[in-house]
Amino acid sequence: MAGKTLYDKLWDDHLVKQRDDGSALIYIDRQLLHEVTSPQAFEGLRLAKRKPWRIDANLATPDHNVPTTDRAKGIEGIVDPVSKIQVETLGKNCDEFGILEFKIMDQRQGIVHVIGPEQGATLPGMTIVCGDSHTSTHGAFGCLAHGIGTSEVEHVLATQCLVQQKMKNMLVKVNGELGKGVTGKDVVLAIIGKIGTAGGTGHAIEFGGQAIQNLSMEGRMTICNMAIEAGARVGMVAVDGTTIEYVKGRPFAPKGDAWDAAVKYWRTLHSDVDAVFDKVVELDGAEIMPQVSWGTSPEMVADVTGNVPDPAKEEDPIKREGIERALKYMGLRPNQAITDIKLDRVFIGSCTNSRIEDLREAAAVVKGRKVAGSLKQAMVVPGSGLVKAQAEAEGLDRIFIEAGLEWRDPGCSMCLAMNADKLGEGEHCASTSNRNFEGRQGFGGRTHLVSPSMAAAAAISGHFVDVRELLN
Amino acid sequence: MRAFTQHKGLVAPMDRSNVDTDMIIPKQFLKSIKRTGFGPNLFDALRYLDEGQPDQDSSKRPLNPDFVLNQPRYRNASVLLARSNFGCGSSREHAPWALDDYGFRVIIAPSFADIFYNNCFKNGLLPIVLEEKIVDKLFQDAEALEGYQLTVDLEAKTVITPAGESFGFEVDDFRRHCLLNGLDDIGVTLEDAELIKTYEDQRRQTAPWLFDAGQ
Ligand code: SF4
Repeated sequence: MAGKTLYDKLWDDHLVKQRDDGSALIYIDRQLLHEVTSPQAFEGLRLAKRKPWRIDANLATPDHNVPTTDRAKGIEGIVDPVSKIQVETLGKNCDEFGILEFKIMDQRQGIVHVIGPEQGATLPGMTIVCGDSHTSTHGAFGCLAHGIGTSEVEHVLATQCLVQQKMKNMLVKVNGELGKGVTGKDVVLAIIGKIGTAGGTGHAIEFGGQAIQNLSMEGRMTICNMAIEAGARVGMVAVDGTTIEYVKGRPFAPKGDAWDAAVKYWRTLHSDVDAVFDKVVELDGAEIMPQVSWGTSPEMVADVTGNVPDPAKEEDPIKREGIERALKYMGLRPNQAITDIKLDRVFIGSCTNSRIEDLREAAAVVKGRKVAGSLKQAMVVPGSGLVKAQAEAEGLDRIFIEAGLEWRDPGCSMCLAMNADKLGEGEHCASTSNRNFEGRQGFGGRTHLVSPSMAAAAAISGHFVDVRELLN
Repeated sequence: MRAFTQHKGLVAPMDRSNVDTDMIIPKQFLKSIKRTGFGPNLFDALRYLDEGQPDQDSSKRPLNPDFVLNQPRYRNASVLLARSNFGCGSSREHAPWALDDYGFRVIIAPSFADIFYNNCFKNGLLPIVLEEKIVDKLFQDAEALEGYQLTVDLEAKTVITPAGESFGFEVDDFRRHCLLNGLDDIGVTLEDAELIKTYEDQRRQTAPWLFDAGQ
């Protein structure tokens, strides 16, 4: 019999019941909650007079609606009354049911996918869910982690289980070493460019190969974060020494004997050498260049040295129309050089790229330089209060501010513009977030997805440039 | 949950692939803490010419005449015909809530994004996957014939055209069962509460670090 994949192992370890009809009950170790997708779930519990099954499995924080300025005002600083009600509702629900919440004034508050790993609330081998598609981020720890809808948030609150069908196994292998200035973000954008936004649909993707193994935990999180942009609810990386080193000493991580027992188990969390995958895709890490998205879907990416495509050259009529529509929305010309795209704003942040290494990477590029005068705004939004404090301890805030970037308080911010941070109509933004959908960052806004160092380089130049030239 | 057995309704063809959930219901409407009332803002940015705001009376807003749902012949459509990878992007269940609130009961496409597909079943909405060739044909017919209706039979797992052609579709048994009977799946799961407790007790022994951490 063939060996097991990492996904098979995690699935088997959490299987409560296999039903005859092919569905299964899977036990959930951790649920993360935020203000946008939880209110209707709590309301459902109340209406059905149900109680949460296991309170300590839940951890909550507001992130989508929180303002990134004037944090000292707390909830009162939320200008939009509807946003404010949502954040207050999360607080009331957590208080009522006794769920631990990092509230808006807590230094541990931040984007759910940043704070889970930061606290050690994300541990290898867990099943983790959240009413948010980027829950795939946590798979970087050898977890089975995926986004769910609000009805399922309620289901997990009430039963600690999810009804699931087993997915197929897919391996994305990035061989060799990455070139200088090429980051996890470029790797994942290149993968999506290759397999498309539905390339992983129905599959759990494991990312492997030397280039992935060489990445830090934060780089791996960036990659797993965007598995959903390749259509896969689940992205994973096997546990290794890097994983264990990262988890050690975090507030929720086991200590003493429990730590040793945990590590022994975690060491088994990798695919067996003879495991069989339903689908395998390989990339050569050395060939990956810094990436820039030019269109309105994350698969619409190009090398920074490349050009916007010409729809006339596309044979598939549906794809051709997609390209034409995207170019019209983005205000770009066929064959235009990527480096000719001028920018109005730069956003460094989001659950994809707002961790300390991302900020260090961006700071290294802007240090001693100035933001281009043609830019309306360039902002840096750390992923959590603790990331912010760490960056300030390292003096990164000074570097950003001196270069002319704004230094903000933690939250989702302009990743989806539910708070006050947004793009104006027709504005181009170099953004380290994960979605370039129409209107994502503001009505009529034009998003280009890039790595933190590419965003920083664009801030300095006012248009896209190959960051590798600035690093020399 | 509302049960779904059979449905016959007018078809609206939305000829665009990769329709994401941001497009189905833009973020400014996610601030609501309710499950209802999203219908007027379904496809908001495509449907209206201005930028919509929550708590606004959408009946007075300028409509985009080019958008399919604004064409009089598709008024009261309840079957949405769509292209591949429908519902990609964010996990927001507000997307099926908005489709449902607008009046859709069935969505037919060559493929759906996983989370969206799953969310539909929780809300009495039936997503149907049909082969690309068949979807192409339905697009042609729906555009050619005004008043084109389809009949969907979940029990028999078929889509039937006005000409009497019948196309079978797949749907897994558990979801079909819940939808046919309008079952609350939390209730179904809780029938196995003892099994869950047994599993949990075992896990407390084998992986104690997963319990009461950081409290
Ligand atoms: S940062 Fe963006 S993608 Fe991440 S959780 Fe927040 S809104 Fe979603």
